[in-house]
Amino acid sequence: MEDKILLAHGSGGKLMHDLIESFLPELANPILDRLDDSAVFEASGRLAFTTDSYTVNPLFFPGGDIGKLAVCGTVNDLAMSGARPLYLSLAFIIEEGLPVADLKKIITSIKKAADEADVKIVTGDTKVVNQGTADKLFINTAGVGIVPEGVEISGAGARPGDRIIVSGNIGDHGIAVLSQREGLKFQTPVPSDCAPLNGLVAEMLKASKDIHCLRDPTRGGLAVTLNDFARQSKVGIVIDETEIPVDKAVLAACELLGFDPLHIANEGKLAAAVAPGDADAVLAAMRRHKYGSRAVIIGDVVKEHPGQVVMKTSLGASRIVDVPVGELLPRIC
Amino acid sequence: MKFVNEYRDPELGKKLLERIRRESRKPIRLMEFCGGHTVAIFKHGLRQLLPDNIQMLSGPGCPVCVTATADMDKAIALGKLPDVIITSFGDMVRVPGSQSSLQKAKAEGADVRIVYSAQDAVAIARENPDKKVVFIGIGFETTAPTIAASILQAEQEKIENYYVLSLHKVCPPIMKAILDLGEVRLNGIICPGHVSAVIGSLPYRFLADDYRIACAVSGFEPLDILLAVDSLVRQIESGQPGVDIAYRRGVKAEGNPAALRLMDAVFESGDADWRGIGVVPESGLNLKAEYEKYDADKHFNVSIEPAQEPRGCICGSILRGVSTPLECKLFRRTCTPENPVGPCMVSSEGSCATYYQYGGNGGR
Repeated sequence: MEDKILLAHGSGGKLMHDLIESFLPELANPILDRLDDSAVFEASGRLAFTTDSYTVNPLFFPGGDIGKLAVCGTVNDLAMSGARPLYLSLAFIIEEGLPVADLKKIITSIKKAADEADVKIVTGDTKVVNQGTADKLFINTAGVGIVPEGVEISGAGARPGDRIIVSGNIGDHGIAVLSQREGLKFQTPVPSDCAPLNGLVAEMLKASKDIHCLRDPTRGGLAVTLNDFARQSKVGIVIDETEIPVDKAVLAACELLGFDPLHIANEGKLAAAVAPGDADAVLAAMRRHKYGSRAVIIGDVVKEHPGQVVMKTSLGASRIVDVPVGELLPRIC
Repeated sequence: MKFVNEYRDPELGKKLLERIRRESRKPIRLMEFCGGHTVAIFKHGLRQLLPDNIQMLSGPGCPVCVTATADMDKAIALGKLPDVIITSFGDMVRVPGSQSSLQKAKAEGADVRIVYSAQDAVAIARENPDKKVVFIGIGFETTAPTIAASILQAEQEKIENYYVLSLHKVCPPIMKAILDLGEVRLNGIICPGHVSAVIGSLPYRFLADDYRIACAVSGFEPLDILLAVDSLVRQIESGQPGVDIAYRRGVKAEGNPAALRLMDAVFESGDADWRGIGVVPESGLNLKAEYEKYDADKHFNVSIEPAQEPRGCICGSILRGVSTPLECKLFRRTCTPENPVGPCMVSSEGSCATYYQYGGNGGR
């Protein structure tokens, strides 16, 4: 077999067949193995359905790679609706020249993440494009899951009095990826937090029927998620700077580059708005789970300043938490 | 790295604030020169915590913001030349010139690349020997030594296709220029931290001696800034303005001799055009004659139309400390970080972007 992906690998001919055959066994399950034009499966109840495309530079970073990201990201989007994720689709757009060994590593990582999240890859696609027309590898995944009865989670669900919980340290993923970027390499002990959160959400739902909002703060960080809650729910949110969990190394990198940790991406964290009476029980359930062991209450939903997130700073002042604008660029001086 | 948490200690902060409140009696006006300080002040809500008699003004210390429209036009014109690759720090590509921006020029086919350092630009020159690579050199004394180093590196490696458009600026002359304009009356200046790490504190001496203005060099953590304000209050209340370093872990009085040597080797001082202020003598850095072949200004002959300032934009008077973004009719209406009209809304350390992101009503 070739050691680099060629255009011919996407041509539909023998090379493509061989390539797909070479990674199919790893992802095998009865639905996928039929290799029909679409996956056919039984499902009943309320379905959740989501899709996301993944690009990351570099493809491999401390704590994960694009494959793990593509599984966890879509699993998490389903989980944030309270759904139990079941099936994923998996589509590659590969730039000609990608080492086959890299693709294999990524598929192994997809398999591992799918197993952990207990989801099956049931359909897929592979395209190869000319060099320069895509950046190494893009992955799209779509996912379906089932929303259990009685679960009503939405960004518009927050009510005054709700408590805001985050599941652990923020900013790890963004800083881990940035630290590997060409031209900006720096050493950080922090790996990406990339992880499937459906298990954690299941434990939270067992602890309370009054979880109103759930979201994983990916691009744009916790600032975007909390602003989404505030705008969609037409409520205000007040958070306490001293309660927001940030790893020291992430904070130090942010200071150096001039970033706000609230704007940095996460791939294995969630934020929740929970009815006040249930907040402690939800928090306890989260802390028993490995992806929520550092969960903490960081603030409250209020009637005042609807649509706005305000942070009390460590010195007792307050300031607005707005969403970041455009790409995060390191400071100049 | 462990410094960060210690310099955010709420208890120490409260004690410092109490001392400032106790000791500060006169109504005073302090300017933080540096955009990094403006961001830190807003991010930590420090304006709200200071007593009402202390008024804080933001100064011109944002390298992107002070780049003159004409210089931006020149950078864009260079980008449109055949076989030229423009390399620039990220924020610069979004700064509007008279008609366009580097970002728009890029969309129209110019080869504009964002780099994190001038050394990356040298690497691009090395990898593209058939192209001419121009680095848009902006920044104060903090970045200038690194750009000087890139020129020395190109010299050593005999890279013949690397050029710098030197728009560098230096701090003490612009402080003098703003004071000489007489538009703002200041009692104290929070002097920049990173710049002072290079130049030291001695170049600010004239502010205390000739202008009777208290000076304190500050770091960027909230307690650093409170410590600097505390120092300024004591200097002002005692009637003895001086130059204090409230950032001892980063700054020595004599600065960083190695960085200064590097800067002196490659650059000499010259006039510079500041947005909203105009040409200020001896406030810029030009390449010395022996490094002329790296000077984009000398190598390329681009002619540009007279610059047009965006209508209604008051970035100039904001940079001079005369106005705040809240007084600008465009602020938050037609001028937003997504669609910036003036440079102070582009740079993350510009006053307008800071007011927009954190400000509400100006941080009070």
